[in-house]
Amino acid sequence: MADTRKTIAAAIAATLGVAIFVGCPPREPKNARRPAAASDIAVAAEKTYVPPGDLDEYYMFSSGGHSGQVFIYGLPSMRHITTIPVFAPYPATGYGFDDETKAMLGNLTWGDVHHPALSETNGDYDGRWLFVNEMNGRMARIDLRDFKTRQILGPVPNISGNHGSTFITPNSEYVIMSSRFPVPIPKGTAVSVDRFATDYKGVAAGIKIDPKTGQMSLGWQVVLPPFDWDLGDAGKKISDGWFFLTCYNSERATGKLEVTASQRDRDYIAAIDWRAAEKAAAEGKGDQIGGVKVLDPRKVPGLVYLMPCGKSPHGVDVSPDGKYVVGSGKLQGVTTAFNFEKVLTAIKNKDFTGEEDGIPVLKYESIKDAEVPVGLGPLHTQFGPDGVAYTSLFVDSALVKWKLGTWEVLDKVPMSYSTGHLAAAEGDTVSPDGKWLVGLNKLSHGRHLSVGPSQPESSQLVDVSGDKMKLVYDAFTEPEPHYAQIIKADKIKPIEVYPKEENKNPLAVWDVKDAGMTRNGNEVVVKIVAVRSSFTPSAVEVNQGDTVKFAITNIEQTTDELHGFALLDYNLNLVIDPGETKVVTVKATKPGVFPYYCTNFCSALHQEMQGYLVVKPAKQ
Amino acid sequence: MKPLFDRSHRLLAAPIGGGARALALAAALLVLPTYAFPLWNLTMFAPQYSGGLRLDIYSYKLQGGNKGQDLKEINLLNHYIGMRDLAPDDFREFQWMPFVLGVLALVFLRAAAVGRVLDVVDSIVLFTYFGAFSLWSFAYKMYRYGHDLAPTAPVKVDPFMPPLLGGQQLANFEVYSYPALGSYALFLVGLVLAIALVISVRSAIRRERAAPSPSAALPAGTALR
Repeated sequence: MADTRKTIAAAIAATLGVAIFVGCPPREPKNARRPAAASDIAVAAEKTYVPPGDLDEYYMFSSGGHSGQVFIYGLPSMRHITTIPVFAPYPATGYGFDDETKAMLGNLTWGDVHHPALSETNGDYDGRWLFVNEMNGRMARIDLRDFKTRQILGPVPNISGNHGSTFITPNSEYVIMSSRFPVPIPKGTAVSVDRFATDYKGVAAGIKIDPKTGQMSLGWQVVLPPFDWDLGDAGKKISDGWFFLTCYNSERATGKLEVTASQRDRDYIAAIDWRAAEKAAAEGKGDQIGGVKVLDPRKVPGLVYLMPCGKSPHGVDVSPDGKYVVGSGKLQGVTTAFNFEKVLTAIKNKDFTGEEDGIPVLKYESIKDAEVPVGLGPLHTQFGPDGVAYTSLFVDSALVKWKLGTWEVLDKVPMSYSTGHLAAAEGDTVSPDGKWLVGLNKLSHGRHLSVGPSQPESSQLVDVSGDKMKLVYDAFTEPEPHYAQIIKADKIKPIEVYPKEENKNPLAVWDVKDAGMTRNGNEVVVKIVAVRSSFTPSAVEVNQGDTVKFAITNIEQTTDELHGFALLDYNLNLVIDPGETKVVTVKATKPGVFPYYCTNFCSALHQEMQGYLVVKPAKQ
Repeated sequence: MKPLFDRSHRLLAAPIGGGARALALAAALLVLPTYAFPLWNLTMFAPQYSGGLRLDIYSYKLQGGNKGQDLKEINLLNHYIGMRDLAPDDFREFQWMPFVLGVLALVFLRAAAVGRVLDVVDSIVLFTYFGAFSLWSFAYKMYRYGHDLAPTAPVKVDPFMPPLLGGQQLANFEVYSYPALGSYALFLVGLVLAIALVISVRSAIRRERAAPSPSAALPAGTALR
């Protein structure tokens, strides 16, 4: 009995002891919050506060993902200043309603924008153009003189799922496109998925940029193995002349890729010698496929090499001096810094471990300089001055700061939540600024006032001017920012009105005396003058069945005096900037009286800025 | 009476010294800036125009600030109150004023070359007349603009006199009107001519006192001082 009691007492004591030793689980993870001292809050507020009337120091051009647009933020205030419509209609600026932008959009009413690329001169942003890619194989150019989309190229032949795109060469010679979803080429060829490994093709394209006008043309393409080509970067300085593309699914698998494409320990970063490609295309090598010159690395030796990289890498980023190419398996705990000088040596010494469709695979051990233990899920890397690198960690939900050359990990700051891309001030140029770093997070998980299940993403501003990184601001962004670029504001010199002398539109009218309607058969041209606070003419009569071309000229030369031109019941809304002429062609199908009016509030008598379109019924 | 006339004839015919001639020459040169710089400036501020709308009035043209855009903007805003456009064709001054200024400069040069007190007096009289007439003409022009308002104007305002000198609040606009560089040059013209007159008259009197003419001596104590 006594023994039993002793045993029970011992058991109770042991349980208590264990309980005391183990304790209770905490209410939240240990590093969930970095409690901010009041002084930190004051410093953060002062650092990010831009008083009314003052201007931000940087522009951030943020990709708008499947919204199809580009968002502009000011840094450090993180204020959303405006949206540039690119791949989707945008009634706020009348984009996609007038004849010109409608033609530019073609039949597609959406796009999935991923990676903006500011034009560069000698590897530094020059503030002339912004290029953005889109998954339907298109590329757009935004002119930073007026912040307008001026060209959409594509869908580009042979390119399928243009994710690894808009990486620009240091003197804006080319922007890169590539296929994330290999397909048989030319497009329109139907081959069963069973023959994926042999008949499907990856493709990378060098889209040529006219150095004067920024006009893009098809350039040349390189056919690659059917891997999922994901992201890229152009070399600079010592690696100038090359571009780098990561891929996943070097298994050439199909089906549930999350499993089937995660079997090998390493996938690849392709190093493509674009000057060699340019030369080969100029020499007439390659085949014309789908209307563009396509080069086969088997027939142009030395064009492409494969650098083995950790499993399923995502981003690849070249350091400011061009020496290091940084890439990581997205499920790894380390990021790899490849030394480009060693890559060149390995190529020279034919230090290969195999090949893929005739493309030599370089020996990993010969080309890597370091595996830096940055943390779990490294995706992208940006740079600061003095050899500092910043890497985003999706799985760890953090940004990490480390040092090129010494490979020390210096600091880590938690992000809310799961950072994808990150953008540092001029952080992918030859001369990064440091100062600011923005984490473009995939999840905001209720860090904002609740807006229901459809939640915005979050963009968090981190002050990187000191030794320690400091999170200073949360901004929320409509879906979905992928990459962003941050440029010093004074590098961009926009106009604020279109000068009258530059308006070459043959239908422009600058005097109310010249406004009015002309008829040629059942084609009607109506030239309209818009100026505070009237349209001339204020009434237009046409017949049912007429094709009516409205040409509206905003003759204002004053900043911010925009006029809208909405035609009710005809699904029409234009916005005409000062000095601009917009043309829209409408088929007058419905008889009746349809008001037109100014949508963009212009003046005290804005409401009175209106008129009528009378469509007389066709004679029965 | 006669001695007074005689005295004044002698005085007007008296030669002027090098200093006065130099001043007359300076007066002629000071006319030149009116061809390069505006005579008057109007600046208008409103909450929407924190940078101000500017209008420079030259002797021969109107020039809006912001590469001429401000003039268009002023006219555009004025159409709401039914004011006529400020148009160069409306300003007959632009035809005669540069010519008259040139004539004045020639008169000043004549004074420098011929060098009599009379020439200096002519210069001052003509210049004063020109200045007074121009100011009246400018004021009248402003008056007409502020009073000839179209009866159909969207915004009815009482006829008003825009400011000629200084600032004034007109609806949401603070309007400032000040002479500009050209007018300051003309002000200097008046000043140097006045100095030229004073020193040449003084030296003429001094000379007469030093060498009294037997026919008409100036009685002591009546010197024009």
